[in-house]
Amino acid sequence: MSPEKLTFDYSNPKILHLKLSGDWQISVGLPAVDEVTSQFALHRDTKQVTFDFSEVSKWDSGLVSFLLDLVNECERRDISVVREGLPEGVQKLLTLSLKMREKVVVHQETKESFLESIGTKALEVIKSIRLWLDFLGEVALSFGRLFMGKSCFRRDDFVSTVQKCGADALGLVSLISILVGTILAFIGAIQLKLFGAQIYIADIVGIAMVRVMGAVMTAVLMSGRTGASFAAELGIMQTNEEIDALKTLGVNPIDFLVLPRVLALVIMLPLLTLYADLMGIVGGFVISTGVLGLNPVEYLNHTQAAVKLSNVWVGLIHSFVFGVIIAIVGCLRGIQCQRSARAVGEATTSAVVTAITGVVIATAIITFVCQVLGI
Amino acid sequence: MEESLRPVIEVRNVDLGYDDYVVMRNLNFSIQKGDIFIVMGGSGCGKTTLLKALIGLKGPTKGEVLYYGKNFWDKDDKEQQDIMQRFGVLYQGGALWSSLTLGENVALPLQLYSKLSVKQIRQVVELKLALVGLAGYADFYPSEISGGMRKRAGLARAIALDPDIIFFDEPSSGLDPLNARMLDDLILELRDTLGATIVVVTHELASIFAVGNNSIFLDPESKTMIASGNPKELLKNSSDPRVIKFLTRGEKLGAGK
Repeated sequence: MSPEKLTFDYSNPKILHLKLSGDWQISVGLPAVDEVTSQFALHRDTKQVTFDFSEVSKWDSGLVSFLLDLVNECERRDISVVREGLPEGVQKLLTLSLKMREKVVVHQETKESFLESIGTKALEVIKSIRLWLDFLGEVALSFGRLFMGKSCFRRDDFVSTVQKCGADALGLVSLISILVGTILAFIGAIQLKLFGAQIYIADIVGIAMVRVMGAVMTAVLMSGRTGASFAAELGIMQTNEEIDALKTLGVNPIDFLVLPRVLALVIMLPLLTLYADLMGIVGGFVISTGVLGLNPVEYLNHTQAAVKLSNVWVGLIHSFVFGVIIAIVGCLRGIQCQRSARAVGEATTSAVVTAITGVVIATAIITFVCQVLGI
Repeated sequence: MEESLRPVIEVRNVDLGYDDYVVMRNLNFSIQKGDIFIVMGGSGCGKTTLLKALIGLKGPTKGEVLYYGKNFWDKDDKEQQDIMQRFGVLYQGGALWSSLTLGENVALPLQLYSKLSVKQIRQVVELKLALVGLAGYADFYPSEISGGMRKRAGLARAIALDPDIIFFDEPSSGLDPLNARMLDDLILELRDTLGATIVVVTHELASIFAVGNNSIFLDPESKTMIASGNPKELLKNSSDPRVIKFLTRGEKLGAGK
């Protein structure tokens, strides 16, 4: 900071005559107010500050902000500030901002104690559980209305959602499922080679894909793809007050927005899962016959013998549950979204995270139940 | 030195449009230093498109826009950036960044383009917020305040760097009459104290007559400007029925009809 911008003149007793010079602009930089206040510490008998402004070439509101701070510092020290030497524009802005400053509002930011914050967290958990239950209840009621034939949503909306979360996802699901099938085949090959029982790769790939992997991988993909898009779409609708507009029209937003989405995903996810199962088996088949040198016919026969219909049902139950979880979580996060760009981002993230966590937990539970029931 | 003699903004033979669709053609006007220049016209006449061309968001399809004699759309990115740094824009809804507090919103341009210390930036932010009547609101998020306050905070951000030219897009829309009046006063105050040139896109008659000293009138049917000059004089002297109709809210239909 160039010291020339500020010079201190004490030729009159008890009066600090401040000579300002040069450019006082935001873009150039300003001296710190401390330079002046440190003078007050040296000359404790200062009672008045006056200004000489004649040497200043350019100024902007940076100067005003400097002076404002100086005025505040002087008030605290009981020093009077004579503003006469300043140009009219500066005086005007200074007066205006001092006047505005009188009606200061203080942001209500309260510091919480440790116990309080634990309490608040606990209350938040209770509140969010209640919100979840509320939402689940409303969705259940909405399905009830659907079966009674009383719910109202646009068929086009439903069809386009089916398209988006079904057919449009086929490419991605194929790629991932084929790769998962090949990975399973390779992992199986390493172990089974020790016993010369490589043909059992067919069993491993078939059962693993159909029973759980096909459903889980598709669900993970769809949480990222469809769950996130539900949350973002509904979140932005919430931000734009579109959901309020539906409510004032007497349309239940759950019926109109959530129901078609949940329905579409619950129908499409099992279908996608069946497709993924097939693709996984194809992946395993290609690797086993092409790379590991197994007999194709034998492989197919083994697969057919190993994969029982009960495995397919277990896989479909998985995917049905996953469909409900992903769709409801996505819609709930979207509907709960606050009104800002950041909130939409948070809603989307939390939709994906919650959905994937839910999918994994559900898989564990279903697997355990099947174990107990011996399916 | 030459810069101070030239008009701040010159618009020459400008056509505006989207792809093949023409919104406005053959616009010619210049804005002098210290002007409060009003761009008026009915809804959908291309006011906002013109504003976009003026603030450097979307180029005209034909013609040139000059700032201090420099043709903006001919310059490279760096020079365009330098010119744009002298603008402040108040968008219609405030356009505050919702993940930042009001203080951070106003501080961001200062952090990017000024040479001030953190403490000084805080002081300038406080000053700007105080000027728009939001002293003490620095820690609020945009979602915590009302629409009118958001607009004023947007203005505080627009004037953060003491721009030479301040653009206002529909400044009084969504404000109550008192707040709209306060904003008008602030526009005059900014011009007088900081010597800024001000361009206002609006159709609020009260504001047009209260602040404007020069204007152009855009007509959607003929797709060009059909009048220019001080709005008060336009009202007194214009012979064009479309202008008179607009400026009297349709109460006086003008001589032609």
